[in-house]
Amino acid sequence: MMSVDSRLAWQCRRGMLELDLLLRGFLDNGYEQLDASGRDAFERLLKTQDQTLFEYFMQNKLPKERELIDVIEQIRHAAQT
Amino acid sequence: MTLAVRKFDTLVIGSGGGGLRAALQLSQAEANVAVVSKVFPTRSHTVAAQGGINAALANVLPDNWHWHMYDTVKGSDYLGDQDAIEYMCRAASHLVYELEHAGVPFSRLDNGKIYQRPFGGQSQDFGGDQAARTCAAADRTGHAILHSLYQQNIRAKTHFFDEYFAVDLVKDEQGHILGALTIEIETGEPLLIEAKTTLLATGGAGQLFCNNTNAHINTGDGIAMALRAGIPVQDMEFFQFHPTGIAGKGMLMSEGARGEGGYLVNKDGERFMERYAPHAKDLASRDVVSRAVATEIREGRGCGPDGDYVLLKMDHVGEEVIAKRLPGIRALAETFAGIDPAKEPVPVSPTAHYTMGGIPTNRYGQVVAPVDVGEEAIPGLYAVGECACVSVHGANRLGGNSLLDIVVFGRAAGNHIIEFLKEHRYHRPMDQGSVDKAMVNLHRWDRKGEGETVGGLRGELQQVMDDYCSVFRTKEILTEGVQKILEIEKRLNNVYLRDHSKIFNTARIEAMELVNLVDLAVATMISALAREESRGAHSRMDFPERDDKHWLKHTLYYKEGKRLDYKPVRVKPLTVESFPPKPRVY
Ligand SMILES: Cc1cc2nc3c(=O)[nH]c(=O)nc-3n(C[C@H](O)[C@H](O)[C@H](O)COP(=O)(O)OP(=O)(O)OC[C@H]3O[C@@H](n4cnc5c(N)ncnc54)[C@H](O)[C@@H]3O)c2cc1C
Repeated sequence: MMSVDSRLAWQCRRGMLELDLLLRGFLDNGYEQLDASGRDAFERLLKTQDQTLFEYFMQNKLPKERELIDVIEQIRHAAQT
Repeated sequence: MTLAVRKFDTLVIGSGGGGLRAALQLSQAEANVAVVSKVFPTRSHTVAAQGGINAALANVLPDNWHWHMYDTVKGSDYLGDQDAIEYMCRAASHLVYELEHAGVPFSRLDNGKIYQRPFGGQSQDFGGDQAARTCAAADRTGHAILHSLYQQNIRAKTHFFDEYFAVDLVKDEQGHILGALTIEIETGEPLLIEAKTTLLATGGAGQLFCNNTNAHINTGDGIAMALRAGIPVQDMEFFQFHPTGIAGKGMLMSEGARGEGGYLVNKDGERFMERYAPHAKDLASRDVVSRAVATEIREGRGCGPDGDYVLLKMDHVGEEVIAKRLPGIRALAETFAGIDPAKEPVPVSPTAHYTMGGIPTNRYGQVVAPVDVGEEAIPGLYAVGECACVSVHGANRLGGNSLLDIVVFGRAAGNHIIEFLKEHRYHRPMDQGSVDKAMVNLHRWDRKGEGETVGGLRGELQQVMDDYCSVFRTKEILTEGVQKILEIEKRLNNVYLRDHSKIFNTARIEAMELVNLVDLAVATMISALAREESRGAHSRMDFPERDDKHWLKHTLYYKEGKRLDYKPVRVKPLTVESFPPKPRVY
């Protein structure tokens, strides 16, 4: 378990401060509550390019997949609370 | 257990734009190149550069490289080396066209030429009207450059070691650099990479400060590795601050907000920039606005329970304008401050943005250090990009010049290495003593015990840097800061890890990053205390003027003995007349 978390934590290290804070913040506070498919979506989201992720979060250009949109919403929400 | 070893012609540490541009040059010349990066290459910080890259293409307004050179020298507050600046500005157009041919989708004018936007500090005719010199691929310039370089490297068969962390350089007794000890983050296994030439391209060190705009990976590792290898670091007291970062978080509320009519107020609701810059007001240059904000906070006119920020007011600009022209800024404020700027002002304070100092190099990217008379290249070692100090930015970097810096000097270093490799065809014998020393730095984290945590000490270090080495500097403040940082340095000894597993032990990586930050914090604080003048980003309230008579020189800091030395600024360009120091007024 420990090693899975650190692997994900390293995947949350990105080229932009905003993404570091959003992704790492969610891993610490939100990820636990996800069900299996939510976790899977989060991992897939982590494979997205930084600039595209930034647009998902900041410019509201959303991906097509419902599951990804849901996680994005939850990450945004977690950051604001 | 024996240590795994791989051998290459060249080891490039860092896969941002600087490292990848150099690696490309080498791989295309059929050199055998390894690139190591602690994160996946396209997650390097270069991806964050949204503004653009400078080149005097003259597509929108008249321009030429000589005017660009003048602006860069002046912007550097005359601390930049004029030979390197001439070289960079002359090469700029060629490099931008090269990026265009490689597929970077630059925004275009109706006539099909590359669009160029005006940025601060750009002028026509040596200080005349505003110039338009910044080429952008919409707001994804850094991303586009990084991806293009990465794809080209894959095609050229550059060998990538993704998610490998470089621990330390290895060198022999004659001072030749022989490669580096790295560790594979996933398995925790060390790997010694031997190379005839090693290039450091590890980026900046924004994480020295609490409030900063940089990604978490920007911990200045390469600069600290150079220090530990006995190499002095240059001009570390020069750190660029941006005046308006979201308070407590650091990310930029870009100039766009003030450009559209937003302005700064203190706790009394006063539009204080009118006092500091009656003409330009909130649009004065970054260092002027940063100092004003810091002064308001220092003198008790900051807002909030701790009085540690001012407010960026945009609500009067109107919902419609904000929705149309500043949607990005609005989303940032909503996400990270929980505030809609169309309704409420946003808490902001100065935020650390760019590391002007770094590993001293010449314009071929060779790392240089002083000898009895003059300086000499460290054999086998190169550095480019934000970790290097070549020095084209001097005391203050101009926007759009660092993407240019990384591609120009990345290529130059690649070319020089190709020549070096022709004359140095064999690997030198490995120096076991040096490897053992690096292994000690790695295994130090296997020690078990009770003590301080990495996160705790890192937080304290960043707070000390914010409190004592930020925009507002005096002898008194810095003297206290040096004491505090030296105490933190001592406490490093008492830091222990709880997690001693091997697989993906990121705690160990973070611990090594902390060691690097501590070395750089000490270098920065000591260099800043010594420089008794104000120049560019280094502003001393007790020495408010630039002092060319005593301080037109580069600082060098050595880790051993925490000693300072100085070297002259290279004021002689390659072919044109020197630009002598003049007051820097905009
Ligand atoms: C928010 C923001 C916006 C910016 N906008 C602009 C702009 O519009 N125009 C402009 O010109 N400049 C801009 N800059 C500055 C510019 O982005 C950087 O100076 C530049 O990208 C640095 O490139 P680099 O190649 O030196 O390093 P980076 O891109 O930072 O890459 C460093 C590399 O080193 C690797 N690395 C570091 N340490 C280790 C280690 N120990 N082991 C292994 N690998 C390691 C990292 O993984 C990474 O691959 C901006 C900066 C910021 C913060």
